[in-house]
Amino acid sequence: MGVTSVVLLWVLGACALTGGVLVFTLNSMARVTFALLGSLVCVGGVVTVLGLPYLGVVTVLMMVMEMLIMAVFMIAYMMNPAGLMPMSMLHNTRGALAVSGAVFGGLVAGVFLVPWPGRTGRRPEDTTFQVGAALMGDQMLTMVTLGFVLLATMVGTTVLATRRGRYDRFGDDLDQRPGEGPGGGSGRRPGEDPGGGSGRRRAEGPGGGGAGR
Amino acid sequence: MTFHLLLVLAAGLFSTGLFGALSQQSVVMIMMGIELMIGGVVVAVADFWHFLSPAAGGGQVVIVAAVVAMAVEMAMGFAVTTALYRARRIDMTDLAGDLKG
Repeated sequence: MGVTSVVLLWVLGACALTGGVLVFTLNSMARVTFALLGSLVCVGGVVTVLGLPYLGVVTVLMMVMEMLIMAVFMIAYMMNPAGLMPMSMLHNTRGALAVSGAVFGGLVAGVFLVPWPGRTGRRPEDTTFQVGAALMGDQMLTMVTLGFVLLATMVGTTVLATRRGRYDRFGDDLDQRPGEGPGGGSGRRPGEDPGGGSGRRRAEGPGGGGAGR
Repeated sequence: MTFHLLLVLAAGLFSTGLFGALSQQSVVMIMMGIELMIGGVVVAVADFWHFLSPAAGGGQVVIVAAVVAMAVEMAMGFAVTTALYRARRIDMTDLAGDLKG
C-alpha cells in the first residue's frame, strides 16, 4: 500500500469520525443530516481506497440519495427547527455514554490483543469481477435472500404507509359499509369519529401535540 | 498498523452510532445512529477483506449485505415513523413506550 493511499485513508478516516461525532453534537437537523452524509461518503472513500471501487462508489451513491430523502424526513419530523430552539433531544445520556464507551474500549482492546493472521491469497486483478462472480456463483443464495428481503420491505413499507385498507373501510368480515362522510370508514381507528371520516381532521386537531392520545 | 487503525476507526464509528441510537429521543435520529453503526461494519469488512483475505469474494458480499441492511432499515424506519406519527402525532420514543417488546 503506497504512501498516497495511507494518507488518503488517514484523511478519510478522520473526516468520517468527525462527521459521525458531529451528527450527535450539532443542533440543526439539516446540518446533522449532511454531517452523516459526509461521514458515510468518507466511509465509501475508505472502501474505495482499500481496493473495492465498485462497492465504494455504490455506497457513496446510495448514501447521497438516502441522506437527501432523510433530510426531507428530518425537516418533516424535526424537533428543533434550524437549531433555533436550543433544547436537549437526549435521554439517558450518561447510561448511553457508559455503554458506548465500554463497547469502544472492548473493541479497541480486541483489535490490539487478537493475534490477527497474515494475508492469505492474492488480490484479484478486477475486484468488481470478483464480487460479481461471488454473487452469481457461491453466494447466489445470499443474493436471492437479499432480493426477498427487499421485496418484503417494499410490501411492508407500502402497507405501513397506506392510510387505510379495505378492512378499515368494511370491517373485519367485510360486511360493514362505509359511513356517510367523505372519508368513509367503519370507525375502527381510535380517536376517529365513528360516523365516518369527515370528523378526522377536526378530531386530530390542527395543532397535533400530545393531547391527541 | 494501517489494518489496526482502520479497525479502530470502525470501532469508533460503531460506538458513536451506538451512543446516538441509545441516547436520542427522535426516531429519525435513532435511525441515523444505526446507519453510522452499519457504516462502521462496512469499514471493518473492507479492512478485513483487504488485509486478511483478498482472494475471498465472500468478503465483498458482506459489504453488499450491509448496504442492503442500511436501505431496508431506512425504508422500514421511515414507514414506522410515518405510521406512528399519523396514528398518534408523536415522533419521540419516550411517547411510544408501549411498542417495547
